[in-house]
Amino acid sequence: MSANDCLIRFESVSKSFGSKRILQDVSFDIARGSAFCILGRSGTGKSVTLKLMIGLLRPEQGKIFVESQEITALNVRELPPIRKTMGFLFQNAALFDSLSVGENVAFPLRRHTDKPEADIQDRARQKLAQVGLEHEYEKMPADLSGGMRKRAGLARALALDPSILLVDEPSAGLDPMTSSEIDNLLLKLKSERDTTLVVVTHNIPSARRIGDELVVLHEGHFIAHGTAEELDRSEHPVVQQFMHSEGGG
Amino acid sequence: MIDRLGALVVAGLAATGDVSLFGLRALREALRPPLEVRELIRQVYEIGLRSVPLIAVAGFAVGIVMSMHSRSSLERFGAEALIPSVLAISLAREIAPLVTGLLVSGRVGAGIGAELGGMRVTEQIDALESLAVDSFKYLVVTRVLACIIAQPILTTFMSFTGIVGGFVAETVISNLSFKLYLDRAFSGIEFVDYIPATLKTAVFGFIIGTVSSYLGYNAQGGAEGVGRASTKSVVFSSILLILANVVLVKVILFIFPDKLR
Repeated sequence: MSANDCLIRFESVSKSFGSKRILQDVSFDIARGSAFCILGRSGTGKSVTLKLMIGLLRPEQGKIFVESQEITALNVRELPPIRKTMGFLFQNAALFDSLSVGENVAFPLRRHTDKPEADIQDRARQKLAQVGLEHEYEKMPADLSGGMRKRAGLARALALDPSILLVDEPSAGLDPMTSSEIDNLLLKLKSERDTTLVVVTHNIPSARRIGDELVVLHEGHFIAHGTAEELDRSEHPVVQQFMHSEGGG
Repeated sequence: MIDRLGALVVAGLAATGDVSLFGLRALREALRPPLEVRELIRQVYEIGLRSVPLIAVAGFAVGIVMSMHSRSSLERFGAEALIPSVLAISLAREIAPLVTGLLVSGRVGAGIGAELGGMRVTEQIDALESLAVDSFKYLVVTRVLACIIAQPILTTFMSFTGIVGGFVAETVISNLSFKLYLDRAFSGIEFVDYIPATLKTAVFGFIIGTVSSYLGYNAQGGAEGVGRASTKSVVFSSILLILANVVLVKVILFIFPDKLR
């Protein structure tokens, strides 16, 4: 992969919480415009990997580059410009409780654009319409179902049209239809806007559909890295178990 | 036993150091533009204006009770005419600052601890950061400043409602007019009774805002962690406020030795 194609790079990254080692000397590249799926059992550090990418966590060792910029060398005040190019859908959506759904989506627009209020509200409604929540603008997050919250979180993550979208468990807790709709939306973003997707998921059919590259995280290491077909052919027992598990499709 | 006690002392000192650094960081960040003005106004409304009913009722009740106690003592010496003045001085110098501080620490301290704790464990603080917002400035600095601004105003309001409560208690017994009551109340009070005591409540506001924000912002462990942050916010800010009051009263007496004696 040429330096131009590489959008995100992990170089020998290690991360621990107390005595528990989560990531150990992990290195990988993510190509611009690709969809990179991180698979693995619960608690293996998939969400930690996403949070390292956006600078919410700092590694003990190693370097992380986004758009050729070493984010591990940036201080808290230097991170916002790079974060504006990224959207993050949290596992439980992390909508702001005190704001309505529409205000949640409008929040980044108010913070980071000079658009008039009417334009901001229009744009927030467009983003909500993109995820099928155009009629929920005034509702509070507590009044939404789990799936709707997740879609609202996605609308907020897309508000600034990020070039990189980090998605933590997009289909967790969703019915198959909603899950499939979110997959389609992610694929559309990738094809139409050339958005780079980094998706953490347990859902193997979803990963097969979205992912150009799949990795399996196990005990702090990537034990497999390749296309879905390449992972299908892996002889590693954990990878086999994962790819051919009940949800493996 | 001694080991355990030593460990507790060390942990206590470490926590005090952390909270102090957290508070100093909040003050430093408050001076670094831009200030989150909209959020600050919202917090002043939440912390200040929404505490008004509690402060009004408490001040009114304290005024009545203090007036009744003062009467039972002063009438023995035939000094009932001093009741308004004694009440006003007591309220302005000590009762209103301390009671307001403790009430705000209960209502606001618990609220900030629970709100920020909830935001931490549900990843809303991470979400703010991921949206390129400085969560410390947006959440902590605004709450600490709002507490500093609101506390002296609420204290003044409590002094006023306390005097009104005292008047109600007094007029039932002596049929005193409100004008005469106010004249007597303010005849014995000077700015030096009011200003230093009210300004010290800004320090109380700083303590409440800092301690509760620190505990909420660093909460861990789900709903239980949020509950812990909320409870500890009230307990620690109340204790620190009472201890700070001792020091601040000493400082005020040192600065104004003649006026306040």
